[in-house]
Amino acid sequence: MSDFSEELIRSKTEDDKEESCVFSGTGMSFPWLQKHIGTVETGGKKEKDFAQTTSACLGFIQEALLKHQWQQAADYMHSYFQILEDSDSHKRQAAPEIIWKLGSEILFYHPKSSVETFNTFADRMKNIGVMNYLKISLQHALYLLHHGMLEDANRNLSFHCTYIPHLLYPFIYEDDYAYNTASQNMFDHSWKTSVNLRALIQTPGVWDPFVKSYVEMLEFYGDQDGAREVLTNYAYDEKFPSNPNAHIYLYNFLKREKAPREKLISVLKILYQIVPSHKLMLEFHRLLRKSEKEDHHKLGLEVLFGVLDFAGCTKNITAWKYLAKYLRQTLMGNHLAWVQEEWKTRKNWWPSFHFSSFWAKSDWKEDKALACEKALVAGILLGKGCRYFRFISKQDDQVLRKKIKQIKKSVKKHSVVNPGL
Amino acid sequence: MDLEEAKEFRERCTQCAAVSWGLTDEGKYYCTSCHNVTERSKEVINTGAIPNTKIQAINRGLKRKRKLEKGWDWYVCEGFQQILYQQAEALKTLGVGPELKNEVLHNFWKRYLQKSKQAYCKNPIYTSGRKATVLEDNPSHSDWDSEPDLLSDFSCPSFVESGTDSQPDGHTPKPFPISKVSQSETASICSGSLDGVEYSLRKEKEIVKMTMPRTLAFCYLSLLWQRETITLSDLLRFVEEGHIPYINAFQHFPEEMKLYGRDKGIFAIESWPTYEDIYKKVIEIAKFLDLPRFPDITEDSYLHPNILCMKYLMEVNLPDEMNDLTCQVVKMTGIGEVDFLTFDPIAKMAKTVKYDVQAVAVIVVVLKLLFLLDDNLEWTLSNIAEKYNEKNKEDKPWFDFRKWYQVMKKSIDEKKQKWEEARAKYLWKSEKPLYHSSIDRAVVYKRREMVVSLQKQFSALVDSAPTVEKKSPSSFQFNWTEGDSARTCFHGHGLQGILKKKGQSLTTKNSLYWLSTQKFCRSYCKHVTTYEESNFSLSYQFIINLFSFLLRIKTSSLHEEVSLIEKILFKRKYGKTKKKSRSRKGRKY
Repeated sequence: MSDFSEELIRSKTEDDKEESCVFSGTGMSFPWLQKHIGTVETGGKKEKDFAQTTSACLGFIQEALLKHQWQQAADYMHSYFQILEDSDSHKRQAAPEIIWKLGSEILFYHPKSSVETFNTFADRMKNIGVMNYLKISLQHALYLLHHGMLEDANRNLSFHCTYIPHLLYPFIYEDDYAYNTASQNMFDHSWKTSVNLRALIQTPGVWDPFVKSYVEMLEFYGDQDGAREVLTNYAYDEKFPSNPNAHIYLYNFLKREKAPREKLISVLKILYQIVPSHKLMLEFHRLLRKSEKEDHHKLGLEVLFGVLDFAGCTKNITAWKYLAKYLRQTLMGNHLAWVQEEWKTRKNWWPSFHFSSFWAKSDWKEDKALACEKALVAGILLGKGCRYFRFISKQDDQVLRKKIKQIKKSVKKHSVVNPGL
Repeated sequence: MDLEEAKEFRERCTQCAAVSWGLTDEGKYYCTSCHNVTERSKEVINTGAIPNTKIQAINRGLKRKRKLEKGWDWYVCEGFQQILYQQAEALKTLGVGPELKNEVLHNFWKRYLQKSKQAYCKNPIYTSGRKATVLEDNPSHSDWDSEPDLLSDFSCPSFVESGTDSQPDGHTPKPFPISKVSQSETASICSGSLDGVEYSLRKEKEIVKMTMPRTLAFCYLSLLWQRETITLSDLLRFVEEGHIPYINAFQHFPEEMKLYGRDKGIFAIESWPTYEDIYKKVIEIAKFLDLPRFPDITEDSYLHPNILCMKYLMEVNLPDEMNDLTCQVVKMTGIGEVDFLTFDPIAKMAKTVKYDVQAVAVIVVVLKLLFLLDDNLEWTLSNIAEKYNEKNKEDKPWFDFRKWYQVMKKSIDEKKQKWEEARAKYLWKSEKPLYHSSIDRAVVYKRREMVVSLQKQFSALVDSAPTVEKKSPSSFQFNWTEGDSARTCFHGHGLQGILKKKGQSLTTKNSLYWLSTQKFCRSYCKHVTTYEESNFSLSYQFIINLFSFLLRIKTSSLHEEVSLIEKILFKRKYGKTKKKSRSRKGRKY
């Protein structure tokens, strides 16, 4: 009867796995080949039953978790712990994290589990391997917060913070957002926690989200000095890894504080050395321009050229505007030498990088204002015979006609490449 | 010598009055300051396993304490001997006669040691580090007393329980010389056994190296020799269910046989044995040991297909009447002949019959004969049976394939599910952890402690109520009883619905048949045929899956066996060059 054939079909798809054969279009099957293909991944060795049963166990655990069958999950978990003793060292090393994730979830929901069981479990897992220590500690603290056990969370964190080795900061980088929210929660609740955070931040490492939140809190409570101290430490302490964000935070803070220009310049100078392409560099240039010192002016030119060395900034109209203007200013100030010095290292590659005829056409099509600024710079540096300048100067545009005329005039006046000389 | 070992000896030295003792090689205490040797010897603590006082004396004399862990000196093959002993004991508990352990297995093992030149021969193999003292087969040699015979060595109990003398019968005792062992104890690659490292590196072509799976091959050979009622699939199932020591069998070594380092790779196995693999090893070992023809398998042996078919028919709940048909098929194919069934390793094309697989294959052929299994006829015949049964409720019911299918499907699915769950929960690691060397010992122990404590914590969360008791071992995985309304028993059902009279005899209503394999492979690959599921009917797939699960073999193996039976049965068909997917054949008997 057809209905039973159907039943057979249905049931067949359920218990499908049996033996998977290697298919080929002609309907030939090579089960022995499948076996060999399977061993390629393991380097020729057949998978041991240990590996097969533990992965089946994992499957059962996950299924039980999905179905909220905590009892079952705990039962399988009991057997799953043996992967901590896996002879395969890769699997053995990956084991604690998996076990933590699954175990903590089971203990979170299981009716028979209590905060104490969770604590015991967390403590045990922390002892397996240093790398997991902080991650588990923080997640443990979160769990405690969830249960409204603020004191315990606090105690937990302060206790563990003293043990954190600086190896752990890569992990903080990853879970930035999570820890940020976590830290936010903590700050909203208690001031005491800040003491712990302070201790934490003093340990060398990358603590960006913590620092940000902490400083916000300090500013909120009016402790400007404290905030400044924290940020300065964070940026300048040699023991800490080189971190551009540290300097950015400090700079922004000082800006808010309306610190003197000198101070701001000194902070940004370091950032310039670390990340010369940063968008703050334009701000840095402005500060340098406004300064009275001559070497600041020179640096200002350097910074501008530095910014435009990077592919990410080639279409930055502000940068080009500044450069165009500043070149004129510099040349009018009789500092041809500066310009020549900057141009020396760049004259071999800037022309094709910025001023090729392709760019001329493309820039003009995309952003005429940008093209004009670039044309001016090109004209000054390469002379009025260069392709870019010639292309732009030939363009006839209602709006920019006047500007182009001005550019031609400037180039004539200021061009570094002077046929006459 | 270690001062630690002599700590308990607290007397003052008679010559120099110091209390600082060590142990000589002979086990006597000596003063470390003036080197005065006393007559006091260190007592051996645990003599439980030693039956023989002579051996006790030997122990005190020769056995040296190891640096890493105190214990006896032992060789890898002694370890295997231990394991075989345990397995034989387990088989005895299962009902096998004691001769298997005392005589058959014992002799096979001795023969193996001889053939592999590890004992009972003139020039035993040794590693370079040792001085081998080769002894002539002169039993009155002066050293004989101090060199224990391998098999009677106290570190592994003798197979012969009742025997008072530890010499095996019928063999001239050729002692197993033990020379002074100078194992470099600072080596990072080490092992608890004396030759563990060397053993795992040994690679001689002609010699079959003993491994854990091969212990089962030895067991099976002994069972086969004794014609016991345990098939290979039964044996392996008992291993999986834990009735026969295999995984972590080394845990039951005597306390003093310390296991670590390279021993781990030899004894700690993390896979269950597979039928196909052990089968190959059985033949390999039988050939290696030069065994003679085995005792005959006759019609009244359990392993004869007539009897095994009956057993399996009962197990899968098929009617007893089918047994007639299976006997017929057996007769027609000649697979019930003594010469066909009996194992003869020395024969030109040595093979042993896969008794269980063959019996099951016969049943599959019979089912095909009766029902065709083309996803059509079997259901049609079921309809007829159903109609008849409804009208004639008092008579013996006709066998209804559909009903049988429903009952069996449910049962097998349940069993399979439980089996998978049990496997997923299986705990592989031994209670006493195995470490590689003194370096990782502490780590390994700590890990174990961690695992145990975590397990304890989680087992508290699990419902403590119904703990699954360990199943008592049984040949039968399914049991069917008459009168059980929940699970119909089909044993007593009749085949009238699918047979019809033809003159004096009965023949099947179905007159068609299709072959499982149209052409057999003759090339280099070791398979004669392959099994591509989608080429076959769903009914056939169900049947193959059912029986393969029962025997815990691969579906392709069973399919192959079915094909081979058909090859004999339909000889003429295969003789013809043109292929026919269906053949018309009337069965007559």
